Amino acid sequence: MGQTVIEKILSRNTGSLVKPGDIVTVSVDRVMIDDIMMPFIVDKFHEMGFEKVWDPDKVVMIYDHLVPSSQQDDVRHYKVGDRFAKENGLEHVYRSDGICHQLMTEEGYVKPGDVVFGTDSHTTTYGCVGAFSTGIGYTEMAAILGTGTVWIKVPETIKIAIDGRLPDHVMSKDVILRIIGDLGADGATYKALEFCGTTVEQMSISSRMTMANMAIEAGAKCAVFTPDEKTAEYCGTVLGEWERSLSGDGDAVYDKVITYDARGFEPVMACPSQVDKIQPVRLLEGTAIDQVFIGSCTNGRLEDLQAAARVLKGKKVAPFVKLIVTPASRKVYEEACACGAVKTLVEAGAILTHPGCGLCCGRAGGILWDNEKVVATNNRNFLGRMGTSKVEIYLASPEVAAACAVAGKIVLP
Amino acid sequence: MEQFTGKVWVLGDDIDTDIIIPTEYLALKTIEDMKKYGFSPLRPELASMIREGDMIVAGKNFGCGSSREQAPEVIKALGVRCVIAKSFARIFFRNSINNGLLLIEQPDLRDHVEEGEEISVAVNSHITYKGRQYPIASLPENLVEILNAGGLVKAMRARNGLDRRKENGTDGH
Repeated sequence: MGQTVIEKILSRNTGSLVKPGDIVTVSVDRVMIDDIMMPFIVDKFHEMGFEKVWDPDKVVMIYDHLVPSSQQDDVRHYKVGDRFAKENGLEHVYRSDGICHQLMTEEGYVKPGDVVFGTDSHTTTYGCVGAFSTGIGYTEMAAILGTGTVWIKVPETIKIAIDGRLPDHVMSKDVILRIIGDLGADGATYKALEFCGTTVEQMSISSRMTMANMAIEAGAKCAVFTPDEKTAEYCGTVLGEWERSLSGDGDAVYDKVITYDARGFEPVMACPSQVDKIQPVRLLEGTAIDQVFIGSCTNGRLEDLQAAARVLKGKKVAPFVKLIVTPASRKVYEEACACGAVKTLVEAGAILTHPGCGLCCGRAGGILWDNEKVVATNNRNFLGRMGTSKVEIYLASPEVAAACAVAGKIVLP
Repeated sequence: MEQFTGKVWVLGDDIDTDIIIPTEYLALKTIEDMKKYGFSPLRPELASMIREGDMIVAGKNFGCGSSREQAPEVIKALGVRCVIAKSFARIFFRNSINNGLLLIEQPDLRDHVEEGEEISVAVNSHITYKGRQYPIASLPENLVEILNAGGLVKAMRARNGLDRRKENGTDGH
């Protein structure tokens, strides 16, 4: 019988033919640890009686949620992390280079077919290069650091096929928001999303990353794209026969198959305060806003900054609006400087901040107050996420966000 | 079979981890420091009103959002005996089991129960409220093992020879 992409990856990892519902123990190819969970992981690791991590080369530590520090105690997280890295001979440590999910793929730590875990829910991102990846808590991470293994339940797969050319001003963010709206915030709970079709084949790895990143907002365990030549180039690898076989078989069994015609997509927003509360931008036009945020592991890449720069070229941000732009990594920042996007954004009146999680998780760099409205390109608009619980967050694509910054209200690009 | 009775606090659908414990308090040193902020974006008064042995009854997708394990730890630290919801988000579910916080899926109770009322839970069997029984499913075996060990930390300690593995699995959590 045929297999889905995730079933193929997990079968190869475990050396046995798996099917949905099986509880299997996987060998972990790579783990990502972020700064906010650091002290908790180290405490649990020692409490469990472990002394050394199972394989230092497979561990990547990234300081991003708390960089630069915004509260005095944040520094403790770096200190605990640095000490743990030294004790265990960990060399893959990033202290101020960008957001964890961006760095994991950009720095080549994830390859097609890998099985990867991270202490952040948006670890689903790495499915953009054809890997199984998912978020876990700090206790499970401590156990993986000691053993190199973890149990998982093999998920059922929802196949999402999208064909055709997307209309102008529609980005992959609009596509995934619409899909989350259709599935609902728990519509893919415990399941894998498998994206296919000519629309996603035409997408850049960055655009696929936006979609895999947000799979968790429908509850998904993971999301996966079939690796292709773009993937190989991005990962700096050559696809072998097995990697090339990572598409869903014709006779694979799916939980369900959903098909979309790309021409049916339009710019949309997730309205306060649920990610699945999707409305077309055209129905929200005219709503006054106070701030715009372009950044995060969802939409802080070069193509996102360039899309915003195209909209903002020669224009000014509305005088009462603050536009905050946060590149996803130092590399993205450098590239955006080199191509002129940063100059355009700054001239338009944007506030550029250092790469990191910052405003997306509500810790720094633009926290909002009661009754303010923000259009943001990140992945969550939960109550209190970016300031007080009376802040209204509208999630959108970078192009829509940039257009709103100029207009001072919600508008179509 | 383990049985207990307690008062319930009733919450809605999609109670996310940012509501359970907002990011701004995640880097406080201990769960004890964090727990007074539990559920603060939604109901700032709730954390101070929950008493040891109370239960939370909620709608679908409880614990959706981030992987922060502080969420189940805060709920446990507040003294909550178990969370009963129509469904749970997966990372929250794993984190809860790993910390020995009992979660129960039950599709109907939420729509019938009133806040402040008492319910009785017979683990792996049913919940009783106002004389009516609401059936609940059994947990998979590998999860029961972790719960019985007292959480994943204790299971790993036993693996590493630090504690003696429990002889029987009846200790609950």
